[in-house]
Amino acid sequence: MTETVRNDRSESPDTPPSPEELPPDMANPSAKPSISWQALFVGAMFAFMYLPIAVLAAYSFNESAYSANWEGFTLQWYERLLTDFRIFSALKNSLIVALTAVVVSAVLGTLMAVGLARYRFPGKKLYLGISYLPLIVPDIAIAVATLVFLAAVGFSLSLWTIVAAHIVFCLAYIAIVVSTRLADLDPNLEEAALDLGATPTQAFAQVLLPQLMPGIVSGCLLAFVLSMDDFLIASFTAGAGATTLPMEIFSRIRTGVKPDINALSAILIVVSGLLAFAAEYLRYRSETGNPK
Amino acid sequence: MLQAATHNSDLPTLDSDFDVELRKVFKVFNGETAVRGVEFNIRRGEFFSILGPSGCGKTTTLRLVAGFETPSAGEVLIRGKSMTHVPPHRRPANTVFQNYALFDHMTVWNNIAFGLRIKRLGRSEVQQRVDEVLQLVKMETFANRYPKQLSGGQRQRVALARALVNRPAVLLLDEPLGALDLKLRKQMQVELSNLHQNLGLTFVMVTHDQEEALSLSDRIAVMKDGKIEQVGTPNEIYERPRTPFVADFIGDTNLFEGHLESTDGSSLLVRTHSGLKIVVSRTPEWSDRTHQTIVSVRPEKIHLHCAPPETSHNTFEGRLKHAMYLGTHVHCVVELVSGEMLTVRQATHLETLPEDGSPLYLSWSPSDCIALAARST
Repeated sequence: MTETVRNDRSESPDTPPSPEELPPDMANPSAKPSISWQALFVGAMFAFMYLPIAVLAAYSFNESAYSANWEGFTLQWYERLLTDFRIFSALKNSLIVALTAVVVSAVLGTLMAVGLARYRFPGKKLYLGISYLPLIVPDIAIAVATLVFLAAVGFSLSLWTIVAAHIVFCLAYIAIVVSTRLADLDPNLEEAALDLGATPTQAFAQVLLPQLMPGIVSGCLLAFVLSMDDFLIASFTAGAGATTLPMEIFSRIRTGVKPDINALSAILIVVSGLLAFAAEYLRYRSETGNPK
Repeated sequence: MLQAATHNSDLPTLDSDFDVELRKVFKVFNGETAVRGVEFNIRRGEFFSILGPSGCGKTTTLRLVAGFETPSAGEVLIRGKSMTHVPPHRRPANTVFQNYALFDHMTVWNNIAFGLRIKRLGRSEVQQRVDEVLQLVKMETFANRYPKQLSGGQRQRVALARALVNRPAVLLLDEPLGALDLKLRKQMQVELSNLHQNLGLTFVMVTHDQEEALSLSDRIAVMKDGKIEQVGTPNEIYERPRTPFVADFIGDTNLFEGHLESTDGSSLLVRTHSGLKIVVSRTPEWSDRTHQTIVSVRPEKIHLHCAPPETSHNTFEGRLKHAMYLGTHVHCVVELVSGEMLTVRQATHLETLPEDGSPLYLSWSPSDCIALAARST
């Protein structure tokens, strides 16, 4: 660009200003190395949210059995956990509940999301509202309602009643995540498959389902974490001996917080965090990046 | 346009061998009628366009041919066989969707092979046919890319290849170039036209772009409010519109509302509401029962004069409101003494453009305008 041309166009609003016309602080962004108040605020917020967890994690390595003072680094609480039969039994129960609830909800939730997107029927809006209600209704209400209902119909409580109660909210979470993914897809995808000779079943299995998979998987991970984490609903609907991990932890801290519980909590936080991260990553990759 | 017209004359004029036939087809959605008694026959190898404004039912009509919708009444035939109750996956028609609907989880190659694999063709045949169409759409080097890694024009080609590889009887195109920018659209128009000529396949295209329809099609069906207004070659549609809507929708035109004053064997005299008397040549379509009429004159058919011309018919006095120089022609807006605003397109051989506001005389030949029945409301 020659000097004359730039002078001619300097009035035009869509020509970017040349470097020497920029205000000094914009041209030199690194001139002032001070910390902005925004950064301080963000730091304070993170401290507020995660400092308790950091303290907990630190105490899980504390040699003192009575938590208050730091008496040196140890891994003994983690070792003790590994030999604790009751913890493992509770973990097994929790995994059974979470995996069963998630698998059942994944199938039902996907069918629900696809059905709601595809068909028009009277009362569809109402149905939509009711099916996502478990996300809004307080857990305690679901817990009490489920207990009262099961007692009313004379159904004996067991591990499977927890599974049933967990399906209620897992289903809603998975359906909502899959619905979001579905809304982003080209509405003609299934028709394109049909047009190319696929039967409706083939079109669903070979075209729609693979494209929904990132949504289904991230919904499942989310639901899994929520189910593993649930204490309230599980404690109301559990039968004798059906103790899940959060219930076991709660029963132990009534007699004071012991360092092995700190250790267990630290492990749970790390595992849930990893799962949540994996769910988000899958969703992110399916929305922006290239597959594989 | 001229090319399209001559192209059309190569086709057999009366051929009973139709690829697509629609017989009095209706489609009602939740009490709203989207398609009302549409009828047309598409000849084998024809490039047929369905043109109309948005919401006129053109896409629904295409979906009725593809089988995504079943008609509420009427019949759809492909190659003489009734398709009315045949599901889309058993129809010999393939569709290029508006947003391409490519399968993002498959490579370009797998997208194209999808239809052949569903039909359980042998591996070597699939390979051969996919490679063939990849070459046809010039996408050989992109076989292993994913759709999200392609540009709009490239996705368009993949969508075309994915449909063509199945060797359908009819290729259906739903606004195929709608998502592309102007330059790419022009380029793809040429390629679509070449593809059609090389393959000799029947193309049915839905579009709202009249220029695209005129330049590509052998015949065009103009739709409005779920009904066919006119079916004809681009030349017929442009030069001899049957309804005021067609005259107005295709290209620019000047419309005069009026009534028939007198008629003789070869011409009609129309008096407009503002009092102008326009002489119009009688066309074979003219019905003497018509009284209320609309006269259409294309801007390029009107001649401008600085002094009163010697012709006796259709000469009117006016004033130039403004003129726009557009290189190949000048676009003028002229206000007649009777108050009408007319647009006039003049070739730029006019040595000197008259000043805005200067008096002018307009004239056109009776055979360069057309009288159409005003729709009784």
